[in-house]
Amino acid sequence: MKSDKSSFYRGIKNGIPVALGYLAVSFTLGIAARKAGITPFQAMVASLLNHTSAGEFAAFSLIGAGVTYLEVALTTLVLNMRYVLMSCALSQRAGDNVSVKDRLIISNFITDEIFGLSVMSGDRLDPKYMYGIIAVASPAWILGTYLGALSGGIMPASILSAMNVALYGMFIAVIVPPAKKDKTIALVIAISMVSSLLFSYLPGLREISSGMAIIILTVVISLAAAILFPVEGRKKEKEVVRCEA
Amino acid sequence: MFAVKPNVYIYILIAAGVTYLIRMLPLVLVRKEIQNTTVKSFLYYVPYVTLSVMTFPAILTATNSVISAAGGFAAAVIIAFRGGSLFKVALGACAAVFILELFL
Repeated sequence: MKSDKSSFYRGIKNGIPVALGYLAVSFTLGIAARKAGITPFQAMVASLLNHTSAGEFAAFSLIGAGVTYLEVALTTLVLNMRYVLMSCALSQRAGDNVSVKDRLIISNFITDEIFGLSVMSGDRLDPKYMYGIIAVASPAWILGTYLGALSGGIMPASILSAMNVALYGMFIAVIVPPAKKDKTIALVIAISMVSSLLFSYLPGLREISSGMAIIILTVVISLAAAILFPVEGRKKEKEVVRCEA
Repeated sequence: MFAVKPNVYIYILIAAGVTYLIRMLPLVLVRKEIQNTTVKSFLYYVPYVTLSVMTFPAILTATNSVISAAGGFAAAVIIAFRGGSLFKVALGACAAVFILELFL
């Protein structure tokens, strides 16, 4: 068992690519906020309390359009519903070492990236590891939003463009190693990507919002995989690859 | 300087409240270890599907050009496949995009 300190530092280390990506994404988010007539401070508050790119982008454009509060609530609900699945998956890995207080704090920071890192770091969820990631990733998210809203031209476009792939690179770093060891996971990943491609471009499917598409594909493909290739307890323990950097 | 719209904070708080509840309720309320094999397997596959769906094809439109994005994607897959750390993979993808865009 690693000491609390080392897992916190491991979290910080693995959180750096997340923070880089967050700076780029939240910077563009801040620009969107400014366009919607939201002040840098308000944009910063929104990022502090939401920590969700798609959800905040949608909320900002809705606020700019002056829609009803109910519409904002419903859109946020649909766009962020995927976090229900992520929270359930995290909860299954959280033992008695994760207190209610930890759970209440962590809940504010379950983003796609922090979830991805945490869930792949081992069979048991380590709150100290999560706090390490959060300690670097969250300030980057909040600061980036503020800077983006303050001034759209601080960073050169070429750097911003390159930084935009950091988050995706991280997702790839998380899913590729297990896929190398387990053909079933490789198959599930391939099917997921092809389906996602179809949902992005096929008429009839592309009209579905990206948040909704993520939910539909996650439920359908995971369920099909669960029925066709059920995972026994032992196999799972062996194959969860630790995300050591 | 502060042309504060009185209701912007209410909008933000509503979005934040909904988002927090979505994340918090399962983590706090679903405490028991699930025994059912199908449900367990389902949750086991969820991260792979979700991360795959979010990565592709979204990564292809994340940069200034599809070509640089495809280069970044390829670089990430190759580095990850060769066992590169998280940081190396993320940075390698960024570097590939940056370098390719110098020539585009």
